[in-house]
Amino acid sequence: MPYTHDVAVVGAGPAGLAAAVESAEAGLAVALIDGAGQPGGQYWRHYDESHARPGDHRGHHGWPAFTRLRDRLDALTAAGRIHYLPGHQVWLITRDDPGVFTLRVTRSFDGSAGRAAAEVIGGTGTGPNREVAARALILCPGGYDRQLPVPGWDLPGVMAAGGAQALLKGHRTLAGKRAVVAGTGPFLLPVATGLARAGASLAAVVEANGTLGWLRDPLGTVAVPGKGVEALQYAALMARHRIPYRRRTVIREILGENRVEAVRIARVDREGRRAGPDREIAADLVALGWGFTPSLELPLMLGVDTRKDTDGSLVVVVDDLQRSSVDGVYVAGEATGVGGAALAVAEGRLSALALSASLRRPATAAVAGRLQRAIRRGRRFAAAMHRAYPVPGAWTEWLSESTLVCRCEEVSYGDLLHACHDLGAEDPRTLKMLARPGMGWCQGRICGFASAEIASCLSRRETTPEDLRSLSTRSLAFPVTLGELAALTDDTGRPRLNPASEATTERG
Amino acid sequence: MSADLVVVGAGVVGAASAYFASLAGLRVVVVERGALAGGTSSAGEGNLLVSDKEAGPELDLALYSQQVWREDLVEHAGLWEFEAKGGLVVAGSEHGLASLRALSVHQRRCGVEVRDVARAELHDYEPHLSRELAGGAFYPQDAQVQPMLVVAHLLRLARESGAEVRTRTEVVGFLRDGDRVKGVRTSGGDIPAGAVLNAAGTWAGGVADLAGVRVPVLPRRGFILVTQPMPARTIRHKVYAAEYVGDVASSDAALQTSPVVEGTGSGTILIGSSRERVGFDRTVSVTAISALAAKAITLFPMLREVRAMRTYLGFRPYCPDHLPVIGPDPRAPGLWHACGHEGAGIGLSAGTGKLIAQALAGVKPGLDLVPFAPDRFPDDEEALR
Amino acid sequence: MTYRMTFRGSVVPAQPGQSVGAALVAAGILDWRTTRQGGRPRGLFCGIGVCFDCLITVDGMPDQRACLVPAGDGMELGDDEEGGRAVHA
Repeated sequence: MPYTHDVAVVGAGPAGLAAAVESAEAGLAVALIDGAGQPGGQYWRHYDESHARPGDHRGHHGWPAFTRLRDRLDALTAAGRIHYLPGHQVWLITRDDPGVFTLRVTRSFDGSAGRAAAEVIGGTGTGPNREVAARALILCPGGYDRQLPVPGWDLPGVMAAGGAQALLKGHRTLAGKRAVVAGTGPFLLPVATGLARAGASLAAVVEANGTLGWLRDPLGTVAVPGKGVEALQYAALMARHRIPYRRRTVIREILGENRVEAVRIARVDREGRRAGPDREIAADLVALGWGFTPSLELPLMLGVDTRKDTDGSLVVVVDDLQRSSVDGVYVAGEATGVGGAALAVAEGRLSALALSASLRRPATAAVAGRLQRAIRRGRRFAAAMHRAYPVPGAWTEWLSESTLVCRCEEVSYGDLLHACHDLGAEDPRTLKMLARPGMGWCQGRICGFASAEIASCLSRRETTPEDLRSLSTRSLAFPVTLGELAALTDDTGRPRLNPASEATTERG
Repeated sequence: MSADLVVVGAGVVGAASAYFASLAGLRVVVVERGALAGGTSSAGEGNLLVSDKEAGPELDLALYSQQVWREDLVEHAGLWEFEAKGGLVVAGSEHGLASLRALSVHQRRCGVEVRDVARAELHDYEPHLSRELAGGAFYPQDAQVQPMLVVAHLLRLARESGAEVRTRTEVVGFLRDGDRVKGVRTSGGDIPAGAVLNAAGTWAGGVADLAGVRVPVLPRRGFILVTQPMPARTIRHKVYAAEYVGDVASSDAALQTSPVVEGTGSGTILIGSSRERVGFDRTVSVTAISALAAKAITLFPMLREVRAMRTYLGFRPYCPDHLPVIGPDPRAPGLWHACGHEGAGIGLSAGTGKLIAQALAGVKPGLDLVPFAPDRFPDDEEALR
Repeated sequence: MTYRMTFRGSVVPAQPGQSVGAALVAAGILDWRTTRQGGRPRGLFCGIGVCFDCLITVDGMPDQRACLVPAGDGMELGDDEEGGRAVHA
């Protein structure tokens, strides 16, 4: 049996880092598991520290906050108070004994680099660590760019906005020379200005919504005044790099033979319906983002209650101490509602304090109260942003029958129309079983939101939390080799049952 | 409005029955409390097997059903990815091979085509098969379909013949005239009908209860692992170990696993099979999926490095004697059953649907329904354990 | 120093700390895989290990996410075959 930690924190982004160091400093024995090779998550993604150069962190927001957290992580790891496993993904969580969770992990990648990483973190003798046991969980899985399909989005040179940014921040690599950044939301601005600063020519930022309205939103901005300053900084950078900012405009089609050559854009109305003529812009990089999708596979595996958030995402329901509906499972960061790094850090800290308090460790009520107030403010601001940058209601009208919806299984919008109109699919699960969107390598991470919206739109109803849940639940959080699965029978052989997880029930 | 036949359940058996009944000119309404193919129909591999059945009524039904799939339904076969891939049963030991040969002798007498496969020939059938096996048997009649497409298209074709399909409509009771069943009460209103067919699969016992009759269908849980997409024809047939036949026929409540491996049209490889009686427990069993992986690797060592993308589970509708329930219920005239097909429902559905339609239309069914009689079970509860 | 990797017979340089996928993109190579049905070219999309579009064979190990694997000197990068995976009998 592996050593049982007081808490396993999954994810080393803003929420997870804060949760891990706060838990360890409160005296808890902590395991911190993260898919990346170094801490920071998507928000604080940075170049491999063993090859760092000055200037790597230019334009990185809140960088000192990260380095403070990382220094605490390093000290706690060195002191043996945090067992840190970078480069590992959790593919299954079960609750084997009452009150003990078992996390099964696998390396993020194989090969020599993966083996080296496994040695660094200390294999158990016969191979890499496969199991981590803990009495509580703080799940901080973060999220990724939400995508809406558009004709041509499968061409090489089209990337997720966060992917283009990750290439820059994490790999000092510019993905193209002439870029269009498109979709909706304030995140498009740092992506565009980052690309421009790195030397790309920015042909346009194409924003579906009217924007700037949120600056006047009485509920949101007043709550977090610093955000207004941040926005003005981006506005200044946009001006300095002379980046055209096209509001109420969308990409109608991405053009090119075997790679991106141009985009066709048009003005749209509030609902996203075309309101102007097409216009073509040459580009060799298109970065797309429509807000974010929280990663919910691990919380859903444990059976937590969920809800549909203001932005249409499925998120975990937590109380004012970051507790989910499942005993011993805390959730922090984007998985409780997309809201950015500062909010995530506050939630991570609060979950750690709440957990330590529940274990009768000293925790100051004053700090918890301060964090709760900050979280409430952050949530109000996030909700205002979600209201200002919605996914346009009529977005499915941009699709043609040949537009790919599921990139993995190459399922077109026409295939989905056929499944709904001719074969009787009325919900996303049936749609998935009949036409296979979300059945490929990514298991619906990329097309899940779009497929759920298409299914409900064709059935003339609103997308429900159940719709989203059926496309967000994954029986295995990440693919795992059959050899690794088989090796689990080397255990005691007694039934390892997870009382709450929901298996999906659909054929391959 | 009224119907000649109300079919309860839009799974594969309900869809096949609705299709054949509509074709026979009956006015059919299908009611389904969830979505189409939402139960066990979407939770299996989609097999049309004769190889795993010992001589007896189930094999007779399987062979009859083969004929229906390949003749009555042949024009639609492409719609549901019908693939006559054949089944390869392999034995790990000389002893196992001897049992397999003995089984095939009986099967041949019933009309099953079987080719003995010598150890040296195994790799002509499956290049990636383990070199450690003693031999096998090839069953060319075994085939595969995509079961959700079967359900969706059979219902579509039934609608084209005038049937009506009402999803999200739950049966909450029966319209009665004394013992006689005269229709159903549903969450969406009453539907008077000349006959009601209980095709509720694993949940058919509950529907029968509403009519005051007992049909002992119980859930037998199974898991399947789905791999990453692989190149076409990596695994060419349905391949399974000879022990599978024994597991299928057993009534043990404890977890049993035997390796069943096959490819699909979409490139994934499906890995079964597990059996356990744990009620409707939907929790993932690490023990079960781990055993599936380990046993699949013993058949195909190359699978060790292949990734599983997901796992899913289903509840086979099984009766204590492992035979389905097909035909009119003398205890409640007007009520019919087509349920309890355990793990063979996809394959047996076509034959079942046609037999039901024949019997409803007053034609002599193509197969004797007596072994499948709804009232064949003793009332003694203990006998069911 | 600069690493040297090979892809389709050509040398692809990489900076220590870069991912395999980043090095390919920096060398102007945007796709290294074709889809099973349409035979369409694919490379990086999400860039952070979520979409699995960038699968590549690295030193004979199939189906690695190019966006996650750190570049290494002498690495051999292959196209992933049909189905995303070469099968070794």
